[in-house]
Amino acid sequence: MMSKTTTALATLAALGALTGAAQAEIRLGVSVSATGPAAFLGDPEAKTIEMLVEQLNEEGGINGEEIALTLYDDGGDPNKARTFATRLVEDDEVVAILGGSTTGTTMSILSVAEDEGIPFISLAGAISIIDPVREFVFKTPHTDRMACEKIFTDMQAQGITKIGMISGTDGFGASMQAQCKEVAGDHGIEILADETYGPQDADMTPQLTRIRNTDGVQAVLNPGFGQGPAIVTRNVAQLGFEIPLYQSHGVASDAFIDLAGAEAAEGLRLPGTALLIADKLAEDDAQYEVVTSYTEAYKAKYDQDVSTFGGYAHDAFALIVDAITRAGDSEDPQAIRDALEETSGLVGTTGTYSFSPEDHLGLDLSAFRMLEIKDGDWLPVE
Amino acid sequence: MDALLQFLFSGLTVGAVYALVALGFTIIYNASDVVNFAQGEFVMLGGMITVFTYQAGLPLPLAAVVAILVTSAIGVALNKLAIEPARGAPVVSLIIITIGASIVIRGATQLIFDKQLHRFPSFSGDDPIHVLGATILPQSLWVIGGALAVFVGLWIFFTRTLTGKAVLATANNRVAAQLVGINTGWVMTLSFGLSAAIGAFAGVLVTPITLVGYDVGVALALKGFAAAMLGGMGNPKGALVGGLLLGCFEALTAGYLSSQYKEAVAFIVILAVLFVMPQGLFGSKSTERV
Repeated sequence: MMSKTTTALATLAALGALTGAAQAEIRLGVSVSATGPAAFLGDPEAKTIEMLVEQLNEEGGINGEEIALTLYDDGGDPNKARTFATRLVEDDEVVAILGGSTTGTTMSILSVAEDEGIPFISLAGAISIIDPVREFVFKTPHTDRMACEKIFTDMQAQGITKIGMISGTDGFGASMQAQCKEVAGDHGIEILADETYGPQDADMTPQLTRIRNTDGVQAVLNPGFGQGPAIVTRNVAQLGFEIPLYQSHGVASDAFIDLAGAEAAEGLRLPGTALLIADKLAEDDAQYEVVTSYTEAYKAKYDQDVSTFGGYAHDAFALIVDAITRAGDSEDPQAIRDALEETSGLVGTTGTYSFSPEDHLGLDLSAFRMLEIKDGDWLPVE
Repeated sequence: MDALLQFLFSGLTVGAVYALVALGFTIIYNASDVVNFAQGEFVMLGGMITVFTYQAGLPLPLAAVVAILVTSAIGVALNKLAIEPARGAPVVSLIIITIGASIVIRGATQLIFDKQLHRFPSFSGDDPIHVLGATILPQSLWVIGGALAVFVGLWIFFTRTLTGKAVLATANNRVAAQLVGINTGWVMTLSFGLSAAIGAFAGVLVTPITLVGYDVGVALALKGFAAAMLGGMGNPKGALVGGLLLGCFEALTAGYLSSQYKEAVAFIVILAVLFVMPQGLFGSKSTERV
């Protein structure tokens, strides 16, 4: 009799464990711009998250629970991003959302996440995403303002006080141009010339000639991404500028050196992440392990080099996995959010993240490394 | 003075790019009154296919020839698969079909190739040529020379050859052209093939300057279209002059006024010209076309 009861109980328990295992999956939602005009951001982001989910599930998931990934491609369209965010919350019942490749799509997802109380980690740059702080919204990339500050700090060290700026009129260039103009004064930098170019322009020599003919300009700063900065770099070489050229983190990739040409890009400086110099990091560098394992895995799986943008997605995923692990409850978005806010000292590819109720970016200027192009390769300056 | 010369060099470089794209519009327009909005995609294909065949190990000139031939075949296919089946449709419908085709080509390109920007080496190196204190890159001379060559070729084609005149006749009155023994179906195929080839040739020449990615076609087509409208749609001379003028307006505005207004000024000038001369600078005065 006794043994029968035990068997029955054991069977019940086993059944319970089985159904429990089948139900226990962590539903994670992603909406990135894998196609469309922002595909160069969203494509590596989508690939990175798919790769990392696969890796994690092979290793047994989080506390034994696998991750069920729902990934949508919003094509860079804020309206689609809003639809997908709503669908992620209502139909797919996810416990957290990653994504929002551009500031536009992020703003759409952000309002849904705030209304529904779902933690959301954005992959876009604008400072307005986390300033003012929103309860459920976090982000991984540095802000434009930090890039400006990093560049101006380096200029100060070089004794440069008067610069000319040439910025793209695309969202990234325009936003960084505005931020740089705001913080320039704090660093004793005077902007003597302020030129712009269209994102698809083929030649910027007129604007650069104006900068060259402005008296006292000691350096040129070019906020922008896409082909613009590569063409600016080539034009600067064509015109034979003697003063240093600074680019933004928007073009921090090996492909940029190929596009601009190693000769033209020689000596150019920009603030980048550890990802760019993965092969040159010292083994005792805090980011050595995470950067090396990510770049090697990505290269092995997709036969492509990693980009800074894929790195943002990598860090967002690492943050959410860390938060869910600590939250203990993979079903409760509020618990995950609270755990996320308590993140401390998490080493990512972009930098070391420590969130607080006042800071949902969690990076400081040390996350940026000043890099210089030397003989067609990146070299850390500091 | 050296600043003015630098602005003009920049204007001529950019203008020659616009002119090359604008020249591509002329043949299809002359054969069918259709403004082919997939023309920018032909330019993009020329660049992209050259990039990937060059990376695969072909020498650059051969890669360029492959790109031009493949793009030309795509142009013919576009005519056979999309334009010909809609033969009886009004011109506006055909124009909308070309917009659809451009979206398809763009989508297919990002799937078949990738979404990154690419470049291949300039034909004659990157050492700038110094003229009176201003500089110009050798590749700019290639682009300007290419635009002139295509212009001369088209001019001879339309005025000196029977085939060219057959193309013009087809546009003027398709039924009448058929009555005098012109194979109008073949003329359309020829015009799409040639237009695509010119577009791809433009792509090969400009890629070292503008770089190429799957989505560069739209902006190129828009500027090329504006240049063609300024010069007079369908006239090779108009395409060449329109392109160079547009480039110089932009460069001079960016140089002397402000780079913020460079596109606005260029388009205001175009509007002003079209207001006074609705057919463009060199457009035919015929009034029966609507």
